[in-house]
Amino acid sequence: MEIRPILSTLGRHKVTAWLVIIEIALTCAIVCNAVFLISQRIERMNMVSGIAEHELVEIQLANLGIRPDARARTQEDLAALRQLPGVTQVSLANQMPFSSSETNNSLKLDPTQKLPTLTVAMYWGENLAQTMGTQLVAGRNLREDDFRDIDAVDKAAGAGDPNDKALPQVMVITRAVADKLWPGENPLGRLIYFGKTPETVVGVVAHLVRPRSLLQGAEFSFLVPIRSVAGDGSIYLLRTAPEDRQRVLKAALAALKVLDPRRVVIEKRTFDDVRSEFFQNDRAMTGLLVGVCVALLVVTALGIVGLGSFWVAQRRRTIGVRRALGATRANILHYFQTENFLLATIGIAIGMVLAFAINLFLMLHYELPRLPGIYFPVGAVLLWSIGQLAVLGPALRAAAVPPVVATRSV
Amino acid sequence: MFGYYLDMALHSLKRNRMLTALMVLAIALGIGASMTTLTVLHVLSGDPLPGTSQTLFYPQLEPRDMDGYQPAEEPPDQLTWIDGMNLLHAKRADRQALMTGGRVPVQPAQPSMDPFYSDARYTTADFFPMFKVPMLYGRPWSYADDDSKARVAVISSKLNDKLFSGRDSTGQTLLLGDSAVRIVGVLDRWRPNPHFYDVNIGGSYAQTEDVFLPLSTSRDLKLANSGMMNCWGGHNDHLEIAPCTWLQFWVQLDSPAKAAAYRQYLTHYSQEQKGLGRFQRPANVRLRDLMGWLDYQQVVPSDVRLQTWLAFGFLLVCLVNTVGLMLAKFMRRAGELGVRRALGASKRALFLQLLVESGVIGLSGGVCGLLLAFLGLWLVRQRASSYAALAHLDLSMLLTTFLLAIGASLIAGLLPAWRACQITPALQLKSN
Repeated sequence: MEIRPILSTLGRHKVTAWLVIIEIALTCAIVCNAVFLISQRIERMNMVSGIAEHELVEIQLANLGIRPDARARTQEDLAALRQLPGVTQVSLANQMPFSSSETNNSLKLDPTQKLPTLTVAMYWGENLAQTMGTQLVAGRNLREDDFRDIDAVDKAAGAGDPNDKALPQVMVITRAVADKLWPGENPLGRLIYFGKTPETVVGVVAHLVRPRSLLQGAEFSFLVPIRSVAGDGSIYLLRTAPEDRQRVLKAALAALKVLDPRRVVIEKRTFDDVRSEFFQNDRAMTGLLVGVCVALLVVTALGIVGLGSFWVAQRRRTIGVRRALGATRANILHYFQTENFLLATIGIAIGMVLAFAINLFLMLHYELPRLPGIYFPVGAVLLWSIGQLAVLGPALRAAAVPPVVATRSV
Repeated sequence: MFGYYLDMALHSLKRNRMLTALMVLAIALGIGASMTTLTVLHVLSGDPLPGTSQTLFYPQLEPRDMDGYQPAEEPPDQLTWIDGMNLLHAKRADRQALMTGGRVPVQPAQPSMDPFYSDARYTTADFFPMFKVPMLYGRPWSYADDDSKARVAVISSKLNDKLFSGRDSTGQTLLLGDSAVRIVGVLDRWRPNPHFYDVNIGGSYAQTEDVFLPLSTSRDLKLANSGMMNCWGGHNDHLEIAPCTWLQFWVQLDSPAKAAAYRQYLTHYSQEQKGLGRFQRPANVRLRDLMGWLDYQQVVPSDVRLQTWLAFGFLLVCLVNTVGLMLAKFMRRAGELGVRRALGASKRALFLQLLVESGVIGLSGGVCGLLLAFLGLWLVRQRASSYAALAHLDLSMLLTTFLLAIGASLIAGLLPAWRACQITPALQLKSN
């Protein structure tokens, strides 16, 4: 296909041609970045939690007034929940992944170092790992004799002796923490300091996501051997078969109500609901981004159709003359397709530069990673195809212009 | 003459219905999307207390120990109990209030209603006059109530409606778990956005709390706190002496001179505490005003900003699209325009006529865009975010939409109309 005549024709419609190029460039740049944002959101929404999400239900209660002998009452609650048919594991957790509040602690590898090495989320509760269903990859889970009561731990922490045996002595960490603190080495038996208190790593779990500050290291979590007491935001966690969840949730609420009616239910839900609520903004944003991408591509395609139609109508006589001089229908069709391809190519080239610039801006302001290279060729192919599809109608109409038009005056 | 131009414009637009619809739709989509997102951004970054906010300040101190000290670090976002109480009792500002969030168990007197938990704010007497909180019934508690840990409460009109069917409930008893407090006041409707006095609760756009209690009373009744708490030094069973920041402190300073004096006082206080050995780090204080504090806390969700950028990008593409189509359309009529020029129409007249045509497109696009914006905001309100319910078009945003629509139509029309007027009549006549 001869390109020179196309260029000289475009040269006579510079402004219009540039507008098409700018439109394609902007669309290309925005769509590339929007699709990248969508992929980031989807990745976030599919984040591995490391727990048996489909088998868990949680109940959060608050006491009406002060509850005497909280520890014994908590044990009663847990015993009653364990008795429920269909319930395989029960625990009382201080916090759970994807929830609204978070308890963190800063750790050091050396008690004399000035700045903390890492800030991690602390999960505690008897039988918690077994109930959550975390997957142990090295060492052991926390044992009955590792556990300390929360009141005793608070008291010992207040007394200030870092070597007090009432403080937890061991802990289980995630693989993410192990890789961060001791890359390539065996983490078992290592010491970690909270303040000046040393604790030994006895186990490593594959995954355990932290409650909410996912940007500060999504899987920087610890399991520590502390027994919680009901109240103050602690969560009853029950594990059961997926199909039994609603039944178990109902039965558990009834059982807890019988044990102590002076309590208010703050939260009762399956863990599937927890995840879906936590990521609702990401879901909405993804929907919005998809909508904008589709709208942009449609608007651009319709713009090319409209402009193409004008050009074809404007050049009817020229086309007729060319046909009369021996150009085939295919020649005319290819002419308009090549013209569109040229405009799209320039647009895509500018669009890529623009896409890169927008990505730099987003990296600066929204903690986004760099746009992967694969987006450039894929974006180019997408816009080329849309351009070709859009121009096909007008081009076919042009090809259908009969040579006889040349012999007619306006 | 304008009527005639309008007539011609409509006639010309009717000849190409599909194309006209496409151009109007493109502008409408662009304006609808950008107005929706701009309105959300405007609502979320608004001033919660217009007229008052510039006299409200949020003092910050640096009470942490040397562990993890880095120079040039910002001081913590909140105060410890000791510092909060010291600043409160010093009364160096025109007004001052110390506060934290909480949750209280409410037991209705009616046996038909189940007990429930309500969000609460534990604060001090100046909270109400300082933030200009409107009262429906009764009045806030007094300094004496703060000092004597009085069993008094102010409740929201929402809770008043729920428990007392909207009647004046001052003097009535409110049962919070095991404790009884006397209601002294009922708030009128009040929902500052953002929830500026404590941005760590409910995603910064939380609803106003239902129960307000004196801070001293809440400690005495051992009511549960909520919100952010940061501790160091590992000793936190007694919040009154613990090295933990968990209180928000606001002051009212009516003039810049007073603000400067207060800043100096904060530095002086820090040095004094360092002298006493309570503070270890060098004095590091901040005194941001309300809007400065919201800005520092970045309360506007980054998604909302991103959406606004995206919508304006979309609007730009839609505009370029419309300019291109309109230009093609005008250029195609070069012959017709050439004849009119040859018959004596001035360039100016042609330009105005074409501008009217593009103006019609732009304005119809703007009007449709406004309708789309209403639809878009309705969609935003269906979402579950804490700020969703706030997404309403106010007068200033309505005006902005109008200006945006006019601007967009002018931009979309000017270039094509100008280009089309540049034709040489003789050439056009000859070529045909």
